[in-house]
Order: sequence, then structure tokens, then C-alpha cells
Amino acid sequence: MAFDWGFFWHYLLEPSSVYLHGLWLTLSLSVISQSLGTLIGLFAALGKLSRFRILQLVINFYVWVMRGTPLLVQIVFIYTGLAAGNIFRFEDIDIGFVVIPGNIQAAIVALSLNEGAYMSEIIRAGIASVDIGQTEAAKSLGMTYWKLMRRIVLPQAARVILPPLGNDFNGMLKNTTLVSVIGVPELLLATEMITSATFRVFELYLVVALYYLTLTTLWGIVQRWIERRFGEPGQTKPTGNGVVAGAFSWLRTGRLAGGR
Amino acid sequence: MAAPLLSAIGGLPADAPERVVEAADVHKSFGPLEVLKGVSLTVRRGEVVVVVGASGSGKTTLIRCLNHLEKIDKGRILVNGHLIGYRERAGRLIEDRERNIARQRQEIGMVFQRFNLFPHLTAIGNIIEAPIHVRGQPRAEAVATARALLARIGLSEKENAYPAQLSGGQQQRVAIARALAMRPALMLFDEPTSALDPEMIGEVLEVMKELAREGMTMVIVSHEMGFAREVADRMVMMHDGRIIEEAPPAQFFSAPSHERTRAFLARIISHAPAG
Repeated sequence: MAFDWGFFWHYLLEPSSVYLHGLWLTLSLSVISQSLGTLIGLFAALGKLSRFRILQLVINFYVWVMRGTPLLVQIVFIYTGLAAGNIFRFEDIDIGFVVIPGNIQAAIVALSLNEGAYMSEIIRAGIASVDIGQTEAAKSLGMTYWKLMRRIVLPQAARVILPPLGNDFNGMLKNTTLVSVIGVPELLLATEMITSATFRVFELYLVVALYYLTLTTLWGIVQRWIERRFGEPGQTKPTGNGVVAGAFSWLRTGRLAGGR
Repeated sequence: MAAPLLSAIGGLPADAPERVVEAADVHKSFGPLEVLKGVSLTVRRGEVVVVVGASGSGKTTLIRCLNHLEKIDKGRILVNGHLIGYRERAGRLIEDRERNIARQRQEIGMVFQRFNLFPHLTAIGNIIEAPIHVRGQPRAEAVATARALLARIGLSEKENAYPAQLSGGQQQRVAIARALAMRPALMLFDEPTSALDPEMIGEVLEVMKELAREGMTMVIVSHEMGFAREVADRMVMMHDGRIIEEAPPAQFFSAPSHERTRAFLARIISHAPAG
């Protein structure tokens, strides 16, 4: 079967609704799982830096399991395995305006838990990179642990955390393909569905590859922009306006831009 | 100094007790190394106490115990009339809740050897941080106080500079203002000029002298003997985890009673440039 350029351009430039839905799922799964994973990683990192020995052991075990087993195995285990063992079954949830299918929930749980393990190490290293004198100064001003974490340590740790977090999100965009095995119709499964109807494997997999390449390239641009903004204070001044810039400014200083 | 420093924060806190610090028989070990071997120290309201001693004598550990940055193994420390870091239950000391320790630290300003300004905040951001987010002061009020403090230490034009854009001396002056903005009843200085280039030491000592003149209660660990002679009400000499001599500066410098004090002074005065 010769390469059909017309077919290729058609699916690249005029994607079907199934395909666009897949793209939407890939993006939302990535963003949600990365966010939840970062949150899990934050608490795991704080737990590991705490004095509680048992908590440390639990977290070490979690990280050990998540980093030591394939993500694909985790996904199938959490969705199909737990249900088959009559331990837990992901049911569809109706949240009013939309129904979240069980397999999407399982996908988010698996991707987030897996990402949380990696993020915990990244965030732990970020927190450890902040000079102990910062904590002492914050304490001497009467700050409690949570306040000094949120206002002093984490904004400084962000500079160390963000580059590897960006790399992880790049990986997350691609790892979402794995949830196709539990029937989540993201970009790859959408491609497979169209392939099974048209048998145009070469063209369609080239198209999907270009879609992922576009996503990761766009993310790379965003990441560089973020990293520039989080450079050494005093070299780049926070001047941002708008929602995104405001959010990053909040992350950095704990205060919304323009609030001064 | 243009105007009195403390007027920027509304003067000294009125409710400080007569004895701001009362430490009794304080012991502290790091692993097998006993750093404090039974230290007792009283600091009265308005008093300036300068602690000196060779490195490793325990002076920095002592000052860090006064706001519970270090736990103590034995003894008790009262600051502003209350046990710091501990509460008493059935005659035994147990570590206090974090919230209570944090509340007590609000009344104790600390200035560090390495400044420890928050690098992600501007000079004024550093000063208003705790008044707003710890004391719950309205932002406008905190900013007004911070500007007044910056003016008094001669750094008004550096309000929006980040610490990395300031010299060491400027950073340390901002750090003093940051501590003062909380209206502390006691200021602790842990070798505040040791990390500074010689030409910047003077500007920091000037601010500290002004504070001393205005009646701030201060405990200072320092090697600046000229400064100590000028501002101290009392000199405290530490050696090997103990206070071996306490005396007014005139007596301390001219007629120290302890052999080790004499040796220490001879060493430090012959080595140090005019301080």
C-alpha cells in the first residue's frame, strides 16, 4: 500500500471529532495527573523530610513500588486487577454536567500516583536546596512550619523544582498513551480506532507522532518561558500581568502580582 | 542617624518585664559533644550584653537557645517572663507546641551572621513579610512602618531592590529592620558583622549603636571589641561551654579577673584591626 498523501494531509489538518476528543483527553489527563502528582509529591516530600519514622517508611515503600514497576502494569492493575480481585471497582461518576467514566478515573489515579513518586524526589531535592538559614530566619520571625514552607521555602525551591517538573510533564504527555490499554479513547486509542476502520497505519501513526511532537514542542517553549521567569530574583523582575503570569507570580512570591 | 530608629515602630514595647532573659543552668549537647555546660545569664530590660569567647566556646549556641532555634537538654530559659520552647508539666519540661513557640519568637528579633534575607522578596518585601503574614497587620500599615525603618537606616532608595542587588552591609541593615518591624522586646545578634567586608562593618554597627542608645534590650555575640566597649552594659566571656567572667566593659577590658579572658583579649586585640 503506497503512502497516501491526501489521506495523510486530511487527517493531519482536518482531524475528525474522535481525534479531537482524543487530543482533548490527552491534554486534560496530562494536566490533571501532573497537577495531582505534583500535589502527592509535595506531601510525600514533606513527609519524608519530617521526623516521623513510620511515615518515612511508608513513603519510601510507595516510591520504591511506583518507580520499580512499569507504569503500564500499574494502570492495568489499578483498573482491571483491583476489579478482578473484587477489591475496588471504578464506577462512572456523574458530576452534574458530565459523566466521568471509571476507566478515566483509574487512568488519573494511576498516572498521578506514578508521577507523585517521581515528583516527591524532585520536590525533596528542591526543598533541600534552600539554605537552612532561610528556615531559621522565618522561624525567628514567628512563622510556623506551614507558613514558612508556603511563603519562604517553596517559592525558593520552585526554581530548582520547575525544570525537572517540566521534563516530567513532557513525559506525562507521552505516557498518557499507556491508558489506551484500559480503553480510554485518548489520542493513541483514537488513532487505533481510525486505523482499524481504514487500515492506513503508516499515515495515521505518522499523524499521531506529529501531534505528540507538536504538543511536546509547544510545551518546551512554555517551559523555557517559565524557567526564564523563575531565574535569579534581581536579574529578572516579575512584571507579569494576566492570569498565567499572575499564577506564576503567586507561586514565586506567594502574592498576586500588582497587589503591592 | 536622622531620626530615632525605634520611633519608626512606635517605640519600645511597653510590657517588657524587668528581666527580659533569665537562663538558668542551661546544658546542651550535640551528640557526644557538650557545648553548654551549665550556663546562667540574666538580661535586664534595656541592657546590652555582649558575649565574647573563642570559637567553639558555645556563645552562638547560647544565643540560639534564647529563641529556641536550639533545644536544650537541661536547665530553663525564660524570655519575657515565659519559658521559651518548653512548658512545665509535673515539674518536668516538655517541648511546647509549635504555635506557642512561634508566638514567643515574634517578640524576639534575631539577626544572623549571614543575613538570611529572603532572596525572592525585595528589601521592603522582607520587612513587611512577617508583620503582615504573622502579626496580621494591614498591608498599608506594614508598608508605612517598613518605609520609616528604611529611611532611618538610610536605604529608602533601595526599597524595591532584591537582596542580591544589595551589598553585605545593606543586607544586614535590612535584616535588622526586618527583625525590628515585629516590635520585639529583645534583639539577638549572632556575629552580625563577621561575614562583612571590613568597610561595611561600620554602617551595621552604627545602626546597632543607635538601637542600644534608644534602650533596646540586646544580646550580641561579636568580635568587635571597640564596639563592645562602647555599647555594652555588660561583657560576658565564655569558655568551653561556661560563662567564666561577667563584668562592665570598663572593668572587663582594663582589669579582667580571669586568666583566660586576659589571654583572649590579648589575642583578639593584637590581631583585629581597630574595631
